Amino acid sequence: MSFTPQFFTTAESLVDSLDKKLLVVLRDGRKIIGVLRSYDQFANLVLQDSLERIYVGDAYGDIERGVFIIRGENVVLLGEIDGDIEDALPLRQLPIEDILQMQREEAEEKARKDKLRYALLHKQGFSVDFADNDLY
Amino acid sequence: MLFYSFFKTQVGQQVTVELKNDLAIQGTLESVDQFLNFKLKDISVVDEERYPHMISVKNCFIRGSVVRYVQLSPPTVDTALLQDAARREAQSTQQQQQQSKPPTAATNTTAIATATGSVS
Repeated sequence: MSFTPQFFTTAESLVDSLDKKLLVVLRDGRKIIGVLRSYDQFANLVLQDSLERIYVGDAYGDIERGVFIIRGENVVLLGEIDGDIEDALPLRQLPIEDILQMQREEAEEKARKDKLRYALLHKQGFSVDFADNDLY
Repeated sequence: MLFYSFFKTQVGQQVTVELKNDLAIQGTLESVDQFLNFKLKDISVVDEERYPHMISVKNCFIRGSVVRYVQLSPPTVDTALLQDAARREAQSTQQQQQQSKPPTAATNTTAIATATGSVS
């Protein structure tokens, strides 16, 4: 079966999501929120007025990113942001420096725990795999 | 084509899509395409606290390449029909392969034998 690239046919189309505020989750775990301006058959995307939102615990922080062109292979999912729920988020927004600091601490904590876990597994004879960046 | 057709019959049903990053999303299947990308509406995320970014998302588009499983509701799936369709698909791909197969040594010898008048 050959997958010749075609524009989305039948009911499946991102045209309904154009000019809407979307959340894009990427394979490296990043969450980008922006307005979808363009897409193609590979799910390559053009987002405008985008920001990268980092979540730590019950808080989040935003980094302005402007216009993003995202290569389709890195896209996990697109979510339409419901404006009402977005305005009443149960999370608190913190300045980005604090969030980055919290993220660093969380990453260190995780690295520490993983190191212990891998050491234990290694003792039992399991091989350890450090390819943590790509979630696939 | 088979699974694309199958998922088209599932449109409107509740499904749970489990992604390769372990995120599982339950929702109503709104549409599917030839790449098995899915659109789900009225979603609810399994194990919500781990994924705070999904709180304000009600509908989503999932790229087919990141799907690990699609969980369906058993009464909506006609497995006999699926088996039938799979068999037919297998037969048609077999026929396609035979049609495009290059002439083998056996068929060549037969051709030469008949050309010289002898019967093999």
